[in-house]
Amino acid sequence: MLQKGNILRYVLILVLLGLLVALGIYLNNNELILAGLAGAVASAAPVVFAVVGETITERAGIINLSVNGTILLSAMAGFAAALATNSLVVGFLAGALVGGLVALIVAFSSITLKQSQVAVGFVLTLMCRDLAYFLGNPIMGASGPTVPAGPIPLLGDVPVIGPLFFKQDVTVYASFIIIALAYFWIFKTKQGLMLQGIGERPAAAFVRGANVNRLRYLYAFVGGALVGLAGPIFSLSVKAGWKGTISGLDGIGWIALSITIFGGWNPLRAASGAYLFALLQWLGNFLQPLMPNIPSQVLQVAPFPLMILTLLLVNIGNAEWVERTLAGMPEPTRRFFSRLLRSMRTSPPASLGVPFENE
Amino acid sequence: MDIELKNVHKWFGSVHANDGINLKLPGGIIQGILGENGAGKSTLMKILSGFYQADEGEILLDGKPVKISDPASSLRHGIGMLHQDPLDFPPMKVIDNLLIGKEGGLLPNRKQAVKEFKDLQQRFGFDIDPDSYVDMLTVGERQQLEILRLLWLGARALILDEPTTGISSLQRIKLFETLKILAKDGMTVIFVSHKLEEVEGLCQRVAVFRRGQVVGEVRPPYKTMDLVKMMFGKVVSADSRVYARSGENKLTLDSLSIEDYRLHIKNVNLGVQQGEVIGLAGMEGSGQRQFLRTLGGLMRPVGGKILLGKKDLTGRPYHTFLESGISYVPAARLEEGLIPGLSLTEHFILSDESRKFMIDRSKALTVTQDRISSFSIRGTPVSLIEELSGGNQQRALLALLRPQIKLLLLEHPTRGLDIESAIWIWSTLKERCKTGTSIFFMSSDLEEILLYSDRILVFFGGKVSQPIESVETSVEQLGQLIGGKGFQEREEH
Amino acid sequence: MSKSNSRWIGLSFRVGAIVLALLFTAIVILVTNANPLDVFSNILDGAFGSTDNFAHVIVSWVPLLVVTSGLLITFAAGLWNIGIEGQITIGAIFTTFILRSLQDSSVSPAIILILGILAGIIGGALWAALVGWLKVYGGVNEIFGGLGLNFVATAITLWLIFGPWKRPGIGSMSGTQPFPDALSMPVIGETSLSIWPVIIAIAGIVIIYILLSGTYFGLRLKAVGKNMRSAFLLGIPTTRYMMLSFLICGGFAGIAGALQVEAVYHRLIPSISSGYGFLGLLVAMLVNYQALWVAPVALFFAILNTGSIQLPIVLKLDSSLGGVLQEALVLIVILMEGARRRFMKKE
Repeated sequence: MLQKGNILRYVLILVLLGLLVALGIYLNNNELILAGLAGAVASAAPVVFAVVGETITERAGIINLSVNGTILLSAMAGFAAALATNSLVVGFLAGALVGGLVALIVAFSSITLKQSQVAVGFVLTLMCRDLAYFLGNPIMGASGPTVPAGPIPLLGDVPVIGPLFFKQDVTVYASFIIIALAYFWIFKTKQGLMLQGIGERPAAAFVRGANVNRLRYLYAFVGGALVGLAGPIFSLSVKAGWKGTISGLDGIGWIALSITIFGGWNPLRAASGAYLFALLQWLGNFLQPLMPNIPSQVLQVAPFPLMILTLLLVNIGNAEWVERTLAGMPEPTRRFFSRLLRSMRTSPPASLGVPFENE
Repeated sequence: MDIELKNVHKWFGSVHANDGINLKLPGGIIQGILGENGAGKSTLMKILSGFYQADEGEILLDGKPVKISDPASSLRHGIGMLHQDPLDFPPMKVIDNLLIGKEGGLLPNRKQAVKEFKDLQQRFGFDIDPDSYVDMLTVGERQQLEILRLLWLGARALILDEPTTGISSLQRIKLFETLKILAKDGMTVIFVSHKLEEVEGLCQRVAVFRRGQVVGEVRPPYKTMDLVKMMFGKVVSADSRVYARSGENKLTLDSLSIEDYRLHIKNVNLGVQQGEVIGLAGMEGSGQRQFLRTLGGLMRPVGGKILLGKKDLTGRPYHTFLESGISYVPAARLEEGLIPGLSLTEHFILSDESRKFMIDRSKALTVTQDRISSFSIRGTPVSLIEELSGGNQQRALLALLRPQIKLLLLEHPTRGLDIESAIWIWSTLKERCKTGTSIFFMSSDLEEILLYSDRILVFFGGKVSQPIESVETSVEQLGQLIGGKGFQEREEH
Repeated sequence: MSKSNSRWIGLSFRVGAIVLALLFTAIVILVTNANPLDVFSNILDGAFGSTDNFAHVIVSWVPLLVVTSGLLITFAAGLWNIGIEGQITIGAIFTTFILRSLQDSSVSPAIILILGILAGIIGGALWAALVGWLKVYGGVNEIFGGLGLNFVATAITLWLIFGPWKRPGIGSMSGTQPFPDALSMPVIGETSLSIWPVIIAIAGIVIIYILLSGTYFGLRLKAVGKNMRSAFLLGIPTTRYMMLSFLICGGFAGIAGALQVEAVYHRLIPSISSGYGFLGLLVAMLVNYQALWVAPVALFFAILNTGSIQLPIVLKLDSSLGGVLQEALVLIVILMEGARRRFMKKE
């Protein structure tokens, strides 16, 4: 059992564990950084909802480019609803409804009206943003209900892990749950297999009894509703209130889209992308005093080159010039690169963006 | 399960694809269905498997009339269809492919499914790893997977549509053994094919389709000639034949080998004269298209050479082929040859070889009107190309060709056209032959092949026959070759 | 169905779209308890009320016209150049670089301004070429490639404004050090409007119109956009044409960026592209990619933009309303187009 490869693996695991423990001890003694990281986990919650939601929609085969505008509109709508009814639940429901409806418009125009998903999604992202600013103007700066902190009794007292993950509010816990739920649904249930199927090869799904278009409508709504929940999480928890153009929300949707791609249409990986992004944001703010010349926004751009890189890797295996270069290599190198390329490939659902015609 | 079709009719516009089909398909036997392209057999299978609904007629399963509304309901009734390109999910695992669509419950019982899968495939000697990904399987294995899935879901009848295209001979043997086992178990096995030898060897009964009807039902022992006669019917012999070929070889193919993921064409040697017409016969998917595309520069051969005169064109880009005088006319007019959204005039502007910057609209109009009249195109210069009928689109495609062409490659030049257009098009093509153009064309219409070709190449599963002088052959001989019999074995390298 | 019948149906669907868009906007206004008629008259006043206002309209018309003209080329090739914003930005950066390098030299201001525009063209074209390269050789969809590069361009801008090009003292969001007054285009009267950008913009749309409808290049480009397979078979070098379309559109974007720097802001600011890229995409979609209608529709959009600026001041409403009407128009036109097709199919 103690072969060369196994020893290497065990050593690596031990080293990793050691690093984690050291990190934990350091964090335990450094309140400031711990608090900052906890804040990062909290600020990642809306992004998690957005990327999980968009992952589901795209798995079904629909691109919802309106995410950026949707989050703004649902943030405003959620805050407005909560303000009007003094109920947080209503606020969240309103946000989810807005998100689901906008996604339905994209789905409707693609499936029933046969228009371009890209065109409609693009226009909607701009329109929802402008609607959010315009309709939200009267309530700008108002203070409304906020989600109270909800530390979990026993878990919250565990050193390091506690403050990071279990001394948050209900929205953060919900974000953990939604990751698990989505992952479970897509990969562990029969319906989830069918979801993968309609995005990959709707014709084959149709033969197996799926009403492809109805399912696409359904998943577009569900995914859109999850995206719609991201907005109220911002305006009712992370950065409470509606502050219009200064809210800093504009752009989060585009980031969510690129993290979805980076996440390879896998909710777990997409969520890790969201946390990575939150970490980078915090890092940018944290290192700011050391680099006064460079605004934190520069670091925040990171998801985009990563997305481009992911897309490159998706296709680089297929490109003709790559095949030709590979063919010219000596056999062992060629096999190495071939296998490397294959392992890096994360393909989008093959039928993404393509409407389904039944014969 | 006993399947019976009573007086089934299906129209597509004015085309009577199924014309009063009466057929009994009892359980426990392997039933062969023979017929050339367009005979109506795929339409009937699509009706049985729920993709189409019959316009008239009844389907009875075990004596009871049923309504099959969509593919899922067809399977529920016990009819499983194995498509030529299996409808599976390549990036997903084998076991997941099996589980998708199985009704009942939220959580798939993977362990149970794997066990049942392994037990099932043991019966037939298949060896598919349930954890592997479908896109890593061969075509034959994907077929096996689909058969297993259909059986697992309770199919009592299995329709196989041209199943032996693109699978290895070992897999084919295994497939046939599987079918025999299934028939013995009482399943209805329907084997749709054009391959005479396989049908003769495997099926206990054969129904032959032609022009939408069942023209014959036979039992063994089979006489190939009778089958061929039923499949292709009688053909009017060619009286007026125009000879235009002359001179030395314009085009030489030297040990040309072509490969794509389903077919392998090996070592074609051919010399083509100026003005000669070579017809490519054979069922769809036997390699003619790949052959034509390679000659046109759209596919790269894996071996051998293409020489136009003295020029070696092998491996050169499409542009070089075009500039050397080789023109390719595809069959899918609106998808590959013409541009919907642009007018006739605009098409002519695009194909003129002018190197100018600005378009001379009045000159273009004159040219267009000229072409419209000389090609008898029913359309105006401003008609959008998609507004033209099929026949006129084909005339337009021909009118777009450059005046001096050395080699003309046509996929199905008269498919879907009325007789008048077809005759007219061929007279134009023969005019070109007189000016030195050599022509290759593929067609599923044996009449057309015999009437217009100087020599004929028959394709069968990637095998290419020796060139046959069309005056020296007959429908029967061609029919046999198309069905796979009579190919001389070549020496392999 | 006869041809004149279908034309009437098409017309009525389009008019219906405009009416619906106005209705929708009116409803949105009513939600905020404001009077739609007040709002519309205010917008018109904000656009036409004074010469200054109208000059503003033209000032914002120019970059929109330039950008949309360029986008018609990429749309003709069947491409979604969402990266247009980044191309404007990089063009502006290149222009700023030239101006900063030459502002203290003895070169005449006119020459510097011209060189600045040329630099902008190069910058925009290069950034667009990057999107094209990613698409052709990397298989990266131009939507996401462009999107990513937009953000990268913004990051570069911020880095320049707060880093190497910062104002003496501390870097601030107000941008780089403004250029000397001598280094600007001559204006008309007391307004901020210069005639040269207008001339450039009009020349631009005319060139694009001629290119698309009168040249072989334009027709071949359209062929590539409508059916790449057939175009290839006809002998058109499809990849080359796609790259060329990116270069041309990027060049136009660069001109817009250059004009923003030279004629409007006189320095580099963080959001130099000011959303004109996306707005241009909207205008192009609304005119159904017909060059003839670009100028008037762009003017209409400019009127809405400028007119809405005073909404916060006069009616205490957010200026985004102009955007709402613009986007509602495009969305409803798209939806009506789909509805019309279904309606015609059922006939």
